[in-house]
Amino acid sequence: MSEAVRAAARAVLPPAVFLILIVVGWQLAIVVWQLPPYLVPSPQDVWASAQEHAADLGWAIPLTGAAALTGFGLSLVCGTLLGLVFSQFKWVQRSIYPYAIFLQTVPIVAVAPLLILWFGYGFQGVVAVSFILSLFPIITAATSGLTQIDPNLVELFAVHNATRLQELLKLRLPNAVPYLVTGAKISCGLAVIGAIVGEIYAGFQGEHIGLGTLITRANAALDTSYVFAGVLGSTLLSIAIFATVSVLGTTILARWHGAAGRDSTTR
Amino acid sequence: MIASQALLSAQDVALVYRGGVRALESVSLELPPGQFVSLVGPSGCGKSSILRLVAGLTAPTAGKLLVAGEPARRARRGAVRLAFVFQDPTLLPWRRVEDNVALPLELAGGSRSARMQAARSALELVGLADFARHFPSQLSGGMRMRASLARALVVQPELLLLDEPFAALDDITRQKLNTELSRLWAQRRWTGVFVTHNIAEAVFLSQRIIVMSARPGRIIADVQVPFEFPRTMELRSRPEFARLCGEVMSLLERGSR
Repeated sequence: MSEAVRAAARAVLPPAVFLILIVVGWQLAIVVWQLPPYLVPSPQDVWASAQEHAADLGWAIPLTGAAALTGFGLSLVCGTLLGLVFSQFKWVQRSIYPYAIFLQTVPIVAVAPLLILWFGYGFQGVVAVSFILSLFPIITAATSGLTQIDPNLVELFAVHNATRLQELLKLRLPNAVPYLVTGAKISCGLAVIGAIVGEIYAGFQGEHIGLGTLITRANAALDTSYVFAGVLGSTLLSIAIFATVSVLGTTILARWHGAAGRDSTTR
Repeated sequence: MIASQALLSAQDVALVYRGGVRALESVSLELPPGQFVSLVGPSGCGKSSILRLVAGLTAPTAGKLLVAGEPARRARRGAVRLAFVFQDPTLLPWRRVEDNVALPLELAGGSRSARMQAARSALELVGLADFARHFPSQLSGGMRMRASLARALVVQPELLLLDEPFAALDDITRQKLNTELSRLWAQRRWTGVFVTHNIAEAVFLSQRIIVMSARPGRIIADVQVPFEFPRTMELRSRPEFARLCGEVMSLLERGSR
């Protein structure tokens, strides 16, 4: 028990101390260099602003979160399906996959205004940007996971006369799970970025008022403390989503590969 | 021995890989049912290619290869119960040992209870019953190889192909598994084709040893191994055993020149 407490302390204490140092340094920098609040507000200013706009932030964070999670969910489904098609039809992979790789090098953020134009200045448009931004890691992960398989295992299935469907369900899909978990961890962070970028482009004339909307609005009003509060909210949202996906992923992998080892004698 | 009686019959089989690498050249071989034969030869001589041909994973470039009177690929779909043991354990890391062992039966269809029963008894045969619920990552290298062996035995093979299965194991584990494999064969009398670099292993396990030349692989000697079964560790210390090992070694050396 005390060992567990000590382990938790080892994990939590150093970053907590570092965070305190950052906040103290931030405050000191403002005092020492006499930074004006419209450039760099003090920690108290940001905190006060966050409290003042608590109601707006309280709406915006779940709304942006919902858009990001929808985009991320769509990416998971569509990316995996595309990977499936690629793995099953070599000629499709050969003709389309190069473009999928190439598209990754296009700064997709630049396409965001078009997507907003096409899908509307509201939730749908924001989801579209989040989706496009978070899609590619899933495609790559699914395709690799479904095709990069120990050749001996493929031959084992062949020797035992496995059907194509059996090979897919019992070999390729389970093999892809760790790849997909890694892909999902990258993708979920991108989904949040996509949602906020979408909201920034959608502007604040629409009915969708997310974190990106609040940041744009605060920036236009030169309310730097509020911008900082918005950034803080975005960070917290991003961390929450990433942590959830990570924990889910670790749980799945532990079941998948028996890495936990604890459940080996129970069913 | 006439061709129709042989479980495995190869006539002038040649195998040329894409790019023109000649792996095998005019290999002719007859294997009666129930015989345990080892293929030895320098590395890259096409020993493993013969196994892959017999398993129907590749087709010969020339010549005729029949398993139970049918082309290999067709034979494994009905005429003969075949199992393959790879050099690596080749286990699915996300499956428990028993579910790995039951996999071939699962692919063939059949009730879960029947195949779990069969998996349990196969695990008992290889002395791994206590580890049925473990994952492969929780086993030692020797235990993983045992699991791999159990997965081959679960189909009650008539033809068992083993591709250097113990090459990655330490010598003590290897000899122990040799003894167990020999005991199992004496019980079950499947037709076995065992590929190895290790001459003592080949002599210990087989009734017959096929010695192959360096690439392109050809058969240069066919040696009978007279020792009675069951074979035990004691056999390894007998002078006849050492003499036969020496004989195979000198044949092998002549072939690698």
